[in-house]
Amino acid sequence: MTENSPSEGTFHLMGGEFTNAGSASSELKSTLIKVGVEKSIVRRVAIAAFEAEMNVIIHAVAGTLRYEITTEAVTITVTDMGPGIENINQAMQPGYSTAPDWVREMGWGAGMGLPNISKHSDLFKIDSVVGEGTTLEIIFDLKEKNADS
Amino acid sequence: MELSKIIEIVHGAVVSDGGGIDAIDITSVCSADLLSNVLRYGKGGALLVTCLNQPQVIRSAEISDIPAVLLALGAIPETDMISLARDKNIILLTTQLPMYTTCGLLYTAGLRSCVEEL
Ligand SMILES: Nc1ncnc2c1ncn2[C@@H]1O[C@H](COP(=O)(O)OP(=O)(O)OP(=O)(O)O)[C@@H](O)[C@H]1O
Ligand SMILES: [Mg+2]
Repeated sequence: MTENSPSEGTFHLMGGEFTNAGSASSELKSTLIKVGVEKSIVRRVAIAAFEAEMNVIIHAVAGTLRYEITTEAVTITVTDMGPGIENINQAMQPGYSTAPDWVREMGWGAGMGLPNISKHSDLFKIDSVVGEGTTLEIIFDLKEKNADS
Repeated sequence: MELSKIIEIVHGAVVSDGGGIDAIDITSVCSADLLSNVLRYGKGGALLVTCLNQPQVIRSAEISDIPAVLLALGAIPETDMISLARDKNIILLTTQLPMYTTCGLLYTAGLRSCVEEL
């Protein structure tokens, strides 16, 4: 994979590539632990990154997951080429999923991924163009002491 | 509760010991066949009880600080699942008991859900 530094890096994701699904988020988690991010925040970032990574693998064709770690925040940007999302409000509803049966048999398709990202992050932006792709920006504050998890 | 006691209660078999069963203390149980529910409701230190037998279950455990996964109803783990469990030091157990019975026994023994109960 790409040479990533402790402060920023990029992972490449392939749609339908389930064999190593989750390895980007797993590596990001190790990096966050290494640079000393607080445990509860590491867990939140890892969960949100994993949901976003799986969405690219399940719903899109290809994409990237980028991270940037500063003293202020962890920022994750996930961009994909794929079908895009027609109705973002609907996609954000807990339980809404277009995942096919074979994906559901693997345990995905609860329609909880985007709500989970929203719940675990401090800021969540989603942009999508139908027929082109989707971009998520997910931010976690490192400074705020009283942020609820 | 000590993991070794849990194994005894559910007549479990150890597929991968994650580098040591003895040190593990389980604080709650997450029972789910939907991975996003594990990621949403799972707690660090919980035991995951599931019938899903593929590697992303181990990823979900790793990502959410869940040290051990118990496959119920005699589910046979895929080989990729076993190797990822070994790789990530996640304990992987199996039991022939159905999910309902497995959880019932653990509940009776005092373990509670990782989701706040009403
Ligand atoms: N990157 C994406 N590209 C295209 N569509 C997407 C993408 N991410 C999400 N969606 C759409 O939004 C829906 C809801 O996404 P969400 O992650 O909440 O649930 P899910 O992936 O279907 O199931 P789960 O995440 O619980 O396994 C998806 O079913 C899909 O229709
Ligand atoms: Mg999803």
